[in-house]
Formats: sequence, C-alpha cells, structure tokens
Amino acid sequence: MKILVCISSVPDTTAKINFTADGKAFDKNGVQFVINPHDEFCLTRAVQLQETQGATVTVITVGDASVEPVMRKALAIGANDAIRVNAASRDGRFVATQIAKAAKDGGYDLILAGRESIDYNGSEVPGFVAGLLDYGFINGCVGLKVEGNSVEAVREIDGGKETVSATLPVIIGGQNGLVEEAELKIPNMRGIMSARTKPLNVVEPEQTESRISVVGYQKPAERGNVKMIDKDNVAELVKLLHEEAKVI
Amino acid sequence: MAILVYAESHEGKYIKSAFEAVSYAKAIADKSGDTVTAVSINATDSSDALFKYGANKVLKINNDSLNNFSPNAYAKALSELKDGDIMVLPATNNASAIAPLLALKTNAALATNLSAAPAQITPFQVERKSFSGKGIETIEIADGAKVLTVLQNAFGAKENPVSGIEENVNVTVNDADIKEKIVKTEQASTDKVDVKDAEIVVSGGRGLKDAKNWGMLEELANVLGAGTACSKPVADMGWRPHSEHVGQTGKAISPKLYIAIGISGAIQHLAGVNSSKTIVVINSDAEAPFFKAADYGIVGDAFEIVPKLTEEIKKFKGM
Repeated sequence: MKILVCISSVPDTTAKINFTADGKAFDKNGVQFVINPHDEFCLTRAVQLQETQGATVTVITVGDASVEPVMRKALAIGANDAIRVNAASRDGRFVATQIAKAAKDGGYDLILAGRESIDYNGSEVPGFVAGLLDYGFINGCVGLKVEGNSVEAVREIDGGKETVSATLPVIIGGQNGLVEEAELKIPNMRGIMSARTKPLNVVEPEQTESRISVVGYQKPAERGNVKMIDKDNVAELVKLLHEEAKVI
Repeated sequence: MAILVYAESHEGKYIKSAFEAVSYAKAIADKSGDTVTAVSINATDSSDALFKYGANKVLKINNDSLNNFSPNAYAKALSELKDGDIMVLPATNNASAIAPLLALKTNAALATNLSAAPAQITPFQVERKSFSGKGIETIEIADGAKVLTVLQNAFGAKENPVSGIEENVNVTVNDADIKEKIVKTEQASTDKVDVKDAEIVVSGGRGLKDAKNWGMLEELANVLGAGTACSKPVADMGWRPHSEHVGQTGKAISPKLYIAIGISGAIQHLAGVNSSKTIVVINSDAEAPFFKAADYGIVGDAFEIVPKLTEEIKKFKGM
C-alpha cells in the first residue's frame, strides 16, 4: 500500500496572529511553524500503518523552501520520503490540483489529509482531490482501519458518528481522534538523523486559474472590560445575562 | 435566476443549519434580485419549515440510493438542479464534504466557512473565518458560478416567510457515483443539543478535576437548554469525548452565551470560542487569562458556584 499524507505548514497553535500593515497578508515575523495539527494525526496513523502493514508513507506539501523544516519533521516522525511542490499555496483548488497530480503520477492508493488547516480553514483540499481523481472520500474521520483493499473509517457527523466503508483508492479527511494525542510521535534522535538523508523531491507546479482573491484581513473585535461578580451574589449574574446581555 | 440551497436533513428532519443556509441565501437574493430554491434530499419534514426562512421553492428529491450519504452522489444530485450562479450549503461535516465536489461539477469557485452576509454583490465580497478564529479574511469572488458554505451559528436563522411552492424532482444516481457505504450510525441521544448548533454552551476544563464531576455541569446545561463542551486537555485525558472539544484544533463555535467553568483560557481555546456573543468565566484563579477575554467573571470554587447558578436559573425560569 502506498500512502500519501498531505501536510500543511501552519503557525504554531500558541502563535499570536498579526497581519501586515496594509492588512493584505499574514505577518510571518517571529512566528514558529508546525505541521498542521489535523495533518499530524493523519501522519501518525499513516506511520502506524507503515509499521503494522508494511505500507510506504510519502508526505507532500505545497510551499516554498521555507516549509522544508516542517517536512523534515514529518520525515523524522517516520515518513519514507517527501515531495515539495515549489509554489506559494494560493487557494484550495490550486493545492488540490498539485496533490492530485502527484498522487496519480505516484500511484498512491490511500491519501490522508487533515480536515482543514488551522490557518486558512478552507476544508477544501481533501474534497477537491477526491473530485479531481474520482476517488472515494470520507471526511471528518476519527478512526481508520485498512484491510487488504478495503478501508473502514469512523467519521464524526453532526450529533453522532457513523462507520463508513470504501474500497481503495480513497481519500480520508482526518482529525483529532484518528489517533489519540498521546500516540503522536515526538521525533527521536535517530529519526531526526535519518530524516536528513531521506529523499525530499522538489517538483514544479501545474498552473490553475484562480477566481478568488484576498481583499484583506482583520482581527476580531476586542471585548469590553470584564464585569466581575461576587461569588456570593450569583443571582446578579442571572440578572445581567437577562437584562444587560439579553442572552437568557 | 435562483440561488440553490442544500437544505440538509437528518433522519428526515431539517436541521437548524438548513434554516441558516436558507436565511443566508435569502439575504443575498434580496440584494441580487434572485429567488431562493431549496433542495431537500429524502426529507419528510414539511416544506413550510423552509418557506418560513425565505425559500420560494422547495425541490424534493426522493431517492433510495441517497439514503446512504455519499459526498459525490449528493454533489451530483445538486449539480443537476443548478439554475443560477450561486449555491449555498451549510458548513456541516456532510455539506463541507459535498461542497468541493459540487464546485468541480459546476465549474464554480468555492468559498467556505463564511461568517457574514456578503458586504456587496458586484463584485462579490464576503468575510470568512480564518486562523481558527484569530482572524477574519475578506475575499472577492470573480463573476460566475460560486459554491458558498455558511458557518453554523454565525449569520443565524432569520424568519422571512414567503408563500413558496413545492415540486418533486428526479435525479440520476448510478451505482458508480457511490463510493462510500455507511455500515453503522450512532446518533447521540436526541435530547442532547449539538455543540455547534447550541445557542448556549456550558463548557468545563481541568479545573473540574475529574470526569465524575461533570454531573453538575450537565445539570446547569439542562436547565439552560444548552450544549456541553470541554477544553482540549479534558478531551485528551478521556474525561469527555473529542466531539465536545472546542478550540483551535477542535470545534469552533459561536453561541449566544458561552459559560467556561474551570478553563484557564489558553490562546488555542480562546480562538475557538471568541466569536461567542457573551462569555462568562468561572474560575478559582483570579489571574486566569480567560477573565481578560470575558464579559462577566466570577472568581471562586466552581463546586460551590455552579450548583448555585443552576438554582438561580431555575428560579428565574420558574422551574
């Protein structure tokens, strides 16, 4: 089985998010980048399948050379090799076009991608890849088993869960729960050393037409000052929620 | 022309997000001069529920092949009914899976997780969630077909009754269109409010000390008709299911009222809840960073305050 894991390089979850002075772009100054958390759950599940079922794991990222440290981390966690598509990621359709091409060229039969990136929150890439390749697609997955040619995934639906089966090739949109937080792998020294010599192939992008442009970014409005209420006067809170905030 | 809306239903009943999507389409239609056509797939609910929010027409699909949710088959069904340029879907898990496939089939641009009605129609400019709640992105979509997904609890469901018409329609679904088969479904108990749809959310953190202590929180949620949620460490420790985790890497929510109990307010947690209208924080640590992001705060022991709050709410509601 050949597994392709789509990795996005995103600001660390603890990062304060700022935008450039003209408000047109995210300000990367002083920001640490990490593997998108949803992608990391996918990667860890893929590496488990590699260890238990003899799969090979390739990671793919669309980005300029600055994303390579994050890709090396994915290799240190256990991926066999990596593909970097040498382009700034423009939108979900563009990124998916690159991934679909690499997946077809490389003959991958299981593709894993986080349900969304925590920076642009598109939730677009896995679905676009599925559509471009005409593969099966299961999103919001919190569990994944593979047996021979068939997969069984548990996905979150609004208000519950469902178990879905499909035949390879298939695309999984994964999230926390695909593996537990405690199962996430922290690269050890051997992993880090071997990652340095694992193949990281750079390929040039396919061009696509984009019909979406960014006008600008802003931060959410700040809240007013907090109103503190005495712990012995809980009735006051109920009154304020009703009369002032008008939410109950 | 008509704006096409996917009116999602679960077990035959329209969900709240369907009404929000219809309301959103109606807001666009009022500016663009279009009408609103809602598409229902195997729903048994009355179409009146959709007319109430501004749908001029409800197209009803009844097709046994679609009892099994398949993103591709649903996208194909919707694409066959496309009439105008704009298609609106809720940003639920199911509809978010359909949206990219629908965009490909209709050669449309895709814009997801929209948090407000478009500021203008020509050119089409609209705000969407970005950086998991730490930012708001404004995008412009070029003329032509577009598929839009609408964040839950952001624009809201707005009543706007019209006298609409209902029509039964057929779509072609072939076996080859369905690549995924549902083997088993586990619905959470039906009296439980889903956290993404809930108007009020009661949420607990590590300050509650043990999974066994959730009873008082659920009682508070019950009297408020609220959904329950938790912080990331609580889900990771297995005290509560991952589906309740709200925050940057869990669910992002925007209820009217968010009550955080024993949650310190790490930046990752705030990102997922800061679009709540009103935030109440109850924490024993007066220095908890969450107080700086709250509207109302109480410093004290949650084990004393929460039962008192439940009693006061009961009194207020005459329960």
